[in-house]
Amino acid sequence: MKTFLTTTALIALALPAMAEIKLGASISATGPAAFLGDPELKTLEMLVEDLNAKGGINGEEVVLVAYDDNGDPNKARTFATRLVEDDEVVAIIGGTTTGTSMSILAVAEDAEIPFISLAGAIDIIDPVKPFTFKTPHTDRMACQKIFEDMQNRGFTKVGMISGTDGFGASMQAQCKSVAPDYGIEIVADETYDPKDADMTAQLTKIRGVEGVQAILNPGFGQGPSIVTRNVKQLAIDLPFYQSHGVASDGFIDLAGADAAEGVRLPGTALLVADLLAEDDPQKPVVDAYKAMFEAKTGTPVGTFGGYAHDAFLIMTDAIARAGSAEPAAIRDAIEATTGLAGTTGVYTFTAEDHLGLDLTAFRMLEIKGGKWTLVQ
Amino acid sequence: MSELLQFLLSGVTVGAVYALVALGFTIIYNASDVVNFAQGEFVMLGGMITVAAYAAGAPLPLAALVAIVVTAALGVAMNKLTIEPARGAPVVSLVIITIGASIFIRGAAQLIFGKQIHTYPAFSGDDPIRILGATILPQSLWVIAGSVAVFIGLWLFFTRTLLGRAVLATSNNRLAAQLVGINTTFVMTLSFALSAGIGALAGVLVTPITMTSYDVGLAFALKGFAAAMLGGMGNPKGALVGGFLLGLLEGLTAGYISSQYKDAAAFIVILAVLFFLPQGLFGRKSTDRV
Amino acid sequence: MTPKNATLLALAILIALSPIFFPSSFYYRVGALIFVNALAVTGIVILTGWAGQISLGHAGFAGIGAYACALAPVHLGLHPALAVLLGALISAVLAWLVGRPILRLKGYYLAVASLGMGILISMVLNNERDLTRGPDGIDVPELGLRALLKDAGLDLSNGQFWYFFCGIVLILGAWLALNLRDSATGRALRALHGSEVAAKTVGMDVARLKLQAFVISAVYASISGSLLALQNKFITPDVAGFMHSVEMVTMAVLGGVGSVAGAIFGAAVLTLLPQVLTVFAEYEQLVLGLVMVLVMIFLREGVVPSILRKIRGRGE
Repeated sequence: MKTFLTTTALIALALPAMAEIKLGASISATGPAAFLGDPELKTLEMLVEDLNAKGGINGEEVVLVAYDDNGDPNKARTFATRLVEDDEVVAIIGGTTTGTSMSILAVAEDAEIPFISLAGAIDIIDPVKPFTFKTPHTDRMACQKIFEDMQNRGFTKVGMISGTDGFGASMQAQCKSVAPDYGIEIVADETYDPKDADMTAQLTKIRGVEGVQAILNPGFGQGPSIVTRNVKQLAIDLPFYQSHGVASDGFIDLAGADAAEGVRLPGTALLVADLLAEDDPQKPVVDAYKAMFEAKTGTPVGTFGGYAHDAFLIMTDAIARAGSAEPAAIRDAIEATTGLAGTTGVYTFTAEDHLGLDLTAFRMLEIKGGKWTLVQ
Repeated sequence: MSELLQFLLSGVTVGAVYALVALGFTIIYNASDVVNFAQGEFVMLGGMITVAAYAAGAPLPLAALVAIVVTAALGVAMNKLTIEPARGAPVVSLVIITIGASIFIRGAAQLIFGKQIHTYPAFSGDDPIRILGATILPQSLWVIAGSVAVFIGLWLFFTRTLLGRAVLATSNNRLAAQLVGINTTFVMTLSFALSAGIGALAGVLVTPITMTSYDVGLAFALKGFAAAMLGGMGNPKGALVGGFLLGLLEGLTAGYISSQYKDAAAFIVILAVLFFLPQGLFGRKSTDRV
Repeated sequence: MTPKNATLLALAILIALSPIFFPSSFYYRVGALIFVNALAVTGIVILTGWAGQISLGHAGFAGIGAYACALAPVHLGLHPALAVLLGALISAVLAWLVGRPILRLKGYYLAVASLGMGILISMVLNNERDLTRGPDGIDVPELGLRALLKDAGLDLSNGQFWYFFCGIVLILGAWLALNLRDSATGRALRALHGSEVAAKTVGMDVARLKLQAFVISAVYASISGSLLALQNKFITPDVAGFMHSVEMVTMAVLGGVGSVAGAIFGAAVLTLLPQVLTVFAEYEQLVLGLVMVLVMIFLREGVVPSILRKIRGRGE
């Protein structure tokens, strides 16, 4: 009996090493960033299952070791250490928030394990670190896309109202720093707590600023929906921009189609799947992900789940091309990714660019009649 | 002028929410001296159960009623399962129990309802009411009316009914209350049912304004608690005034000083009240128990 | 051997010998986190267990300690080790300022005041972006002690270094706490917890004793925050968040709020909980809440004192 047990144990130990590729993930599926992390984790689990059903990578099964870091950077660091030291994964996906991403990347860089972050801040990949990549646009790019559109419409004076959560605060700072490049002056800079019930005081203040031509609201969760309703309540007749933080059908439902009418934001191809041209390189991947996610979870796809989708796509594509599950080989293969179409954009990484996207990947969307439309 | 009025209306909207949550704190506190940190979860349950029942096809008034009754029942269950077995434990332990219960309820809500943000239609539409160039939503009037109605109800309850006086007596001296024939166990059960029901009512009324998700309870609890402290813990008048005062303070701070530090204003005032007026604005005199 | 020395010796042996059983170097990380948390919780034992006061804002002091290590070396040119002391000093002064008017009152006002204070600290850390870099977090300089040890011939991995370093600090902290308990102040504190009125009657300055306990416990929390920041070399305002304060109190209460050994046990259990429950991460909150309630009902003094009592009860 004892020998039998030992033998099975040995087999159990030996088998995975031969036909398993272990991917690690630390995602904020609960906690304050659960709104972002929940679809990310569901996406990863769904994709792993799907990939293995199709025969894995080069015939090897992919095993996902996923931890929920609660949005706590300290926990994220612990889980990253566990992934590297204890689970011995070959690569890590994760870091729903900038704080958790910064924690994980320190561990990944030390251990020389490739890491693809799902968070927005530019600091994650600038300066470039050898093993760290990321899939979302930076919040700086979101600001640039929005200001580009404002510039086209001739706006020079903009009022901002931002959430004080990490997402809102980081984008607020980036927007303020790039605004001058577009000849835009931030004439009002208000904030709200993500759990606030009413933002009419801040919006009234913005409305009262002399010459303000448009309003921009970086944030995620319920805050932006309340701001959008308050804008309508106050009958503020200014062009209103949201960020990619609310790029999901859920936003239109919460704010109400009526209040959301005319809201513009930089979104990804995912939201306008049915509007994409037939020859759009992103069309097949966007359609496939949208169909699979919505069938699986019963909730509409959003930008954040899309980030996880793209990270998984980049990672598995790189492992397949590397023909090996050695961390260093995977890293080199990720850096050599060219023209890979994901839901967020078409990725091309280089040694100097670990984001792999440019502004063209963002599409300026406008809500009309409760639907997303493309701004031409 | 219309700016100031809008800041005030914003403050009143928020203040009504705080007042309603703060009122929920008073009853349990009055009956047991326990600050029930799970009060915010009752608010969350009120909103979430209404969302679930409404989504299941119930008309909104029925969904709201279901939410209030179910939450009140959960309040009673919380008392029976956690507070009653710990009778005689120091207040520190009871506070920890309520924090544990709130974490438990939040965890259960996350499993049952998921992590999505939900809302349902406002009771009387979304067309803002205009007052001298400023606006307020009809739903805010519902919340204000709700908090005033609950206040009047509680005030009558505590001053005019035997049962209400029994609750106060239990709080002042449990043993003496028992000696004069008050069923203190029943008083506690009743307090939890009422507190939870009022919390749920708050959730039902505010959700069309604030939206709801499994994790909104903590923010409600902290602000409602702050409001209750400001007015004087355990006093319905204090809760009502404290709530509106806190809301107005936030609205005016956001309007005239800094929206970034409007929440700070609330807590700075709390600290100031503690330093200079520890019983709150309308607090009852403390009874030194030996 | 006195119980005090027994506790310290057991702790030292546990810290020194545990690594033998570590399957991978990941466990050094978990160990170091347990020690950091246990240090803060030891402070809670002094405040809550002995002086009978609750703080719901102790994470604020951890935040001060952590950000002192991030900011003082950059802006004041202080060595990180001195930054730890600066953080502790600021925390102590703040605790004194907040505690002095509040602790003259009878009742649980400290819970409310500290709650407000903790939220204000975390708000400042989040909002003062130019200084703290906001919610995204800020890098913390290297302590440099590991490099010194390496030059001296002791080459430890990063995980090992922090495990032993935090372990030694915890032993020191526990030793100081236990000495305090047996000192005149400690005995007075515990007498006061028994009956404040009685303590007053025999002429004790109750307010001053409680204030001392609050200040000391703030220093413990501050140093624990500093150690966390230095270890992670990165810190975010989450460290000062309300839930972190609740976590500290829970750890103390779970293990046994009157006992240092209990504090360390509570810190260990709650630090390990998320690591054990990874498969059931969805249920983590549920389990945490349930554990808090059950312990408070069935093991009112906390796990460690309750068990000790059972054992002693049987022995007699």
